[in-house]
Amino acid sequence: MNGSNVATPTSKPAPVLSVQELRTVFHTPRGVLPAVDGVDFDLYPGEVLGLVGESGSGKSVTLRSLVRLIRAPGVVTGSVRWQDREIMHMSEDDLREVRGAEISMIFQEPISALNPVLTVGEQIKETLREHTNLNARELDDHAVQLLDLVGIPSARQRLQSFPHQFSGGMRQRVMIAIALASNPKLLLADEPTTALDVTIQDQILKLILRLKEQLGMSVILVTHDLGVVAQTCDRVAVMYAGRIVEMAPVVDLFQQPRHAYTLGLLNSVPGSGANRQPLLPIPGSPPDLTALPPGCPFAPRCSYATDACRTDRPSLVAIGAHRLSACIHHDQLALPREVKS
Amino acid sequence: MAATAAPAITTTRLRSRYRPNRTLLAGLCVLAILLVLAFFPSVIAPYSPTDFDYKAILQPPSWQHFFGTDNFGRDVFSRVIWATRIDMQIALFTTLFPFFFGSIVGAAAGFYGKWLDSLLNIISNIVVVFPFLVLVIAIVAFLGPGLTNMYIAVSVVGWVAYARLVRGEMLVQKQAEYALAARVMGFAPARIIGRHLLPNVIAPSIVYWMTAMSLGILLGASLGYLGLGAQPPTAEWGLMVADGKNFMVTAPWIATFPALALTIAGITFSLIGDGLADLLRPRR
Amino acid sequence: MSAYADPINPPVDLLTIEDLRKSFPVNRSPIDWMRRRPARAVRALNGISLQVRKGETLGVVGESGCGKSTLARCIVRLYAADTGKVTFAGLDVLGLTGSNLRAYHRRVQMVFQDPFNSLNPRMSVGATLREAILVHKLRPKHAVDARVAELLDLVGLPRDAAGRLPHEFSGGQRQRVAIARCLALEPECLVADELVSALDVSVQAQIINLLLQLQEQLHLTVIFVAHDLRLVRHISHRVAVMYLGSVVELADTEDIFQQPQHPYTQALIAAAPTLDPTRKSVVEAVHGELPSPLDLPTGCPFHPRCPFTMDRCRTEKPQLKLRADNHFTACHLIDD
Repeated sequence: MNGSNVATPTSKPAPVLSVQELRTVFHTPRGVLPAVDGVDFDLYPGEVLGLVGESGSGKSVTLRSLVRLIRAPGVVTGSVRWQDREIMHMSEDDLREVRGAEISMIFQEPISALNPVLTVGEQIKETLREHTNLNARELDDHAVQLLDLVGIPSARQRLQSFPHQFSGGMRQRVMIAIALASNPKLLLADEPTTALDVTIQDQILKLILRLKEQLGMSVILVTHDLGVVAQTCDRVAVMYAGRIVEMAPVVDLFQQPRHAYTLGLLNSVPGSGANRQPLLPIPGSPPDLTALPPGCPFAPRCSYATDACRTDRPSLVAIGAHRLSACIHHDQLALPREVKS
Repeated sequence: MAATAAPAITTTRLRSRYRPNRTLLAGLCVLAILLVLAFFPSVIAPYSPTDFDYKAILQPPSWQHFFGTDNFGRDVFSRVIWATRIDMQIALFTTLFPFFFGSIVGAAAGFYGKWLDSLLNIISNIVVVFPFLVLVIAIVAFLGPGLTNMYIAVSVVGWVAYARLVRGEMLVQKQAEYALAARVMGFAPARIIGRHLLPNVIAPSIVYWMTAMSLGILLGASLGYLGLGAQPPTAEWGLMVADGKNFMVTAPWIATFPALALTIAGITFSLIGDGLADLLRPRR
Repeated sequence: MSAYADPINPPVDLLTIEDLRKSFPVNRSPIDWMRRRPARAVRALNGISLQVRKGETLGVVGESGCGKSTLARCIVRLYAADTGKVTFAGLDVLGLTGSNLRAYHRRVQMVFQDPFNSLNPRMSVGATLREAILVHKLRPKHAVDARVAELLDLVGLPRDAAGRLPHEFSGGQRQRVAIARCLALEPECLVADELVSALDVSVQAQIINLLLQLQEQLHLTVIFVAHDLRLVRHISHRVAVMYLGSVVELADTEDIFQQPQHPYTQALIAAAPTLDPTRKSVVEAVHGELPSPLDLPTGCPFHPRCPFTMDRCRTEKPQLKLRADNHFTACHLIDD
């Protein structure tokens, strides 16, 4: 017992996922590509963590690296602790147990993630067969339950349908049903709504949130859409050039970003009430990962950059309650230009 | 320019703009040698290809006859050299008309569609059903043996493959946004097809052309072997192999060296085709 | 209020669209014929009527199958509309042919969505621009190169870009080249079909700023087709909302976003995720799937998903009517 220490009433529960020094490097003919360059974060039970960034930020590769979905010429190093087990050291069999049973993943394009020659029912039951031992009738019932859960009408008949017979939004629901078949504790979602229309995107995101509550899951959501982040995430990690540059609770991030890149992103997205004003874009383009300059990868495009930024790569440090930033000028940043809505 | 800084362009190294292509270079080098031999055979070849020398029949390779002599006392080395001209011609003339005619028809069918495309489909379905060699032999048998008739026969049948290739590519590129943009720019169809679409659809056809050249030489060899191609006493590699088949045990050099020449020529065109395929692939 | 010029007052109609219709027939297989299934068609445009005013930016929004891309392509004559009328500065656009059509293309241009496909990969940037200038005989031969340099300046690209091929540029830069290509023809009206959707967020803002600036400088009229509501709200003077081939609402931008009248517009605005994390909703904006344009609902196209459907909605298609100042809505609910 800790004697003199008073137990803090708001001590955080232990993280379900702990990532440290995750690095994913691709060896390409053009050079070595550090797609993920030292990522650390923790995920707590029941929260939605957003990984947001533009192309080349490494957000999708990070997600796939978590469950070792990266193939040669990619090499993944680092530590991913899932509920006290080290994923990087697991055998193939153990890994397969974890994937699909405890950690599930949904992707951006359901039409390519679903097998076009198997019925939807078959694909759900396939997952169930792998991770449970229900008999045939129980498998069917469970599959129907899952399709109901994700809001597909006439579930029992639809078990016999093929993926191409569903609309885009429905296919995404099917993919979610397959992902949830074995009651996972962690859902990895890689741009699940990017390819969907706005009203359907709204339905799918709210479905994911509802299911998260119902089934007690945690979610890591990868997206480039700041609106999606604002509406679904509890905490946000902003990624740039393969690194996390800022991490904060979502409200704090939007009201007062603590990294020049986050500020730049928020300023370049149109808000309301300032119609036809020039936006404040970030000059330049996302960097070439095979030829990163020394120092902060964002420095070439940053209006706050100083010499210190260009020489030493800043590390992600705690700068306040639950906030991390890799910007040495984090306390000098302006507020986002407009009140967003 | 208000809020935008001048964006930096991705640096272009000269190397990446004109990709050095070893395959293509190798093929072109050997082709250059073959062309020199084709245009100036008498410079290299010590003997005439048709001179008999009854005192030197079936001689194995020696310093006087590098590749030996055949059953008429003709110097095999000289014959191989002189045959280069004939076989290069075969390569060219069996593919020239099919390439141009086939590509144009394919481009038109792909672009305009409708009856032209249907017609092309019918013709190509018919042609494809028959084995190529059988069709060619049939036509040559009808017209009579000889190189010219062989060129005609191959041309009549061979253009279809190019047409299919180009048509397929055209169907895809026709819908590409740069082609749509050209239409919205108000460009005439001739300009759109010629300046925009053709360069982007012709690549597979050109690569196929190279392969077809090596196949054409082999075809000439096959027909020569059957007596339907070049006629004796013309020096032609296929014919030489055919003549030499009777002496494979006693004087193998008569057939072997022309066969080697055929192989080298075939590989050359293959290398050029591969190299071109790499070069012509559009960069994204 | 706006940093840039407003359209001229009193408004002058530059482009008028009346009852435009376009269907794409679906091929009938012999089996369909044997089973006597009726010939089906994708009914992309079902009676569009709009006016675009000189100098304004008209935003056109909608989801998949609404027909906004088809509309854009009919306006620039990429597609031939089935019936209806399009009038541009007094000319009957749909009937133009030959050199009159080419003259129309000079005045109305289109920028496409995909920066990686809309430029000929084998033509250098300079060659692309030169071609546009020369084909339309806009400059004498000796002045063409100077004009190319001018255009590159206009879109914020360095002059040595002219000698380079498209693959050497990033997505945002290629869109600049595409815009320069359009501007080479000195058009009066620019149709932008998802101009920035394929670009990264930080680059989108650059291109949008460029568009706003060019519009001001060159007095362009812009038809901005997009699915991103925030973007459309930011740059448009007026917005038209489309659903399954019909315009359901048309009004000034702030009117539509602050007081949407049509249930679909309301749903669309509610569904678009806001950037304010303190305002989250758990209720879905609208239930149901987007119907396919192959099987249009009868009556009002939105009635299967509308929370306020009445009997009349199932049978009679509502017309776009003027409800308030400059605000047009097609809904039976408001008739009563």
